[in-house]
Amino acid sequence: MKIIACIKQVPDSEAKVKAEDAKITWGDAPLVINPFDEYAVEGALQQKEAQGGTVTALCIGPESARDALKHALAMGADEAILITDAALPKLDTVGAARVLAAAIQKIGGVDMVIFGRQTLDNGSGLTTAQTARVLGIPLLGLAGQIKVQDGSVTVERVTEEGRQTVSAKLPAIVSVVQSIGEPRYPSFMGIRKASKANIPVWTLSDLGIEAPAAVVARTELMNPPVKDTIVEMITGETPEAIAETLVEKILAEKVL
Amino acid sequence: MKTFVYIDHFKGEIQPASWEAIGLGKTLGSVSAIVFGSGVDAITKAAFEYGADEVFVADDTSLEDFRAEPYASTLSALASSQSPDLILFPITARTRELAAMSAVDLNTGVLTDISALEMNGDQLIATRPIYEGKVLEKTVCSGKPVMASIRPRFFPKPEPDGSKSGTGTKVDVKADALTTVEGYSASESAVNLGDAGVIVSGGRGVSNNPSLQPPAGMDERQAEIWRAHQGFALITELANVLGGAVGASRAAVDGGYIPYSHQVGQTGKVVTPDLYIACGISGAVQHLVGMRNAKLIVAINKDADAPVFKQARYGVVGDLFQVVPALTEAFKKKLGK
Repeated sequence: MKIIACIKQVPDSEAKVKAEDAKITWGDAPLVINPFDEYAVEGALQQKEAQGGTVTALCIGPESARDALKHALAMGADEAILITDAALPKLDTVGAARVLAAAIQKIGGVDMVIFGRQTLDNGSGLTTAQTARVLGIPLLGLAGQIKVQDGSVTVERVTEEGRQTVSAKLPAIVSVVQSIGEPRYPSFMGIRKASKANIPVWTLSDLGIEAPAAVVARTELMNPPVKDTIVEMITGETPEAIAETLVEKILAEKVL
Repeated sequence: MKTFVYIDHFKGEIQPASWEAIGLGKTLGSVSAIVFGSGVDAITKAAFEYGADEVFVADDTSLEDFRAEPYASTLSALASSQSPDLILFPITARTRELAAMSAVDLNTGVLTDISALEMNGDQLIATRPIYEGKVLEKTVCSGKPVMASIRPRFFPKPEPDGSKSGTGTKVDVKADALTTVEGYSASESAVNLGDAGVIVSGGRGVSNNPSLQPPAGMDERQAEIWRAHQGFALITELANVLGGAVGASRAAVDGGYIPYSHQVGQTGKVVTPDLYIACGISGAVQHLVGMRNAKLIVAINKDADAPVFKQARYGVVGDLFQVVPALTEAFKKKLGK
């Protein structure tokens, strides 16, 4: 099976991300592979182990995003491709989907493309479904388990209401959730291999497409309002006394 | 402005934020509700009662289970023929996929998870969280229709009016499904934190009750989970008395104390209840980001220096195993339960 794991690079989730002078800043916090995309790489590696084949990590991003791809290689991906172009920072999700679709077609003969459920930066969670739509192939979203047999893929879709079993013919696009399994740690050998890996860079002209025009655009950045509440500590002789005072305070706030 | 509102449901169970979306649409102009599924008369009726001026209905056995492809094709065809200015969705796993695909078909874009929508001249400007809610952005869509999905509990829900009724307008069904739904099993712990008015959450502290003696024969890990289950039982009792939902921190979820669906923050979800009670949660950044928009936050923790107290209105430094049951009893008394 030829499997692609689509990944992105984002600021670490512990980073103090802020809006400053109409720009996003995160201090000296590291850029990492999007945590949800580690599950995508894990899911891809599980399928490779079950079915044989190769895993290619694919990423749209600046030169620095090589580090995210190296993480995927160190986890066990066979190859990595970086799509980078001066026109790319302004992409909206439909544009990103068109670029990814073009890259998937250029790679050719792909059986399965796996995404994480969303990214930590934009977080709209749209690109997966849009890539499937652009390619005209099935979407199996929010998979907690993936099984491939006889040219079909069956997933257990994890939603708020419960678990659905959904199947489709390959090639297909799959997004995975945490139940797919904890992402494996990069091995020592993997890290060595990744550090020496040659990661090809594709531009839009390599993909034979024009920069897609962005329909969605940002007009303003804001920091969420800072709360001016000061905590009031409730004390008492016994837990019962504390509880009584606290319940009175809560009821007085009239939120119930 | 001509607004379409997609009414999201799972096996007839309607997402309440669908009605909030109707309320938002009515502030901008006329609202046409969109109902897809099989045997959906009750949903159509409810859409009129909640204020829809018109309801477009695709009622067909091929639409019984939500599948993104035929739902998107049906919606895209309808939008192409009716030319709405705006399509609103309540944000759910289903509408995320549906709106995403229709936006490709219609050459437009989706503004997801919005918490505000304003008119500036003839342009709609939406506010939405990015970077896990650490930053907010205002964003616009230059395509037509503008598509936007709303976060639950940010827009007022209209009161239903039983005297309102109407007849749904039939819509052509596009049956281009690429997937097959083979089965469904209800979640062992169905939880809808997004719509919850009250959330009581537990963290790593729920397993930290040394006075509890686990049954013989358990190894350390099993004993930890056993202790955590006792802790979450207390939290669940409090949540039940308040008619609320049970949440959890990442530490509790990663520890295997409770399923992922309960997680608040970062890899989980952002919640906005009226009351949030954090029990045994120290307050990692991603958790605080996930709950800080709650109207009233109460924190119970052993450690007086826990960061969670910086977000809380009321705090108790104490043992949750004593304070939570006492709180449950006190609420029972006061609320007459």
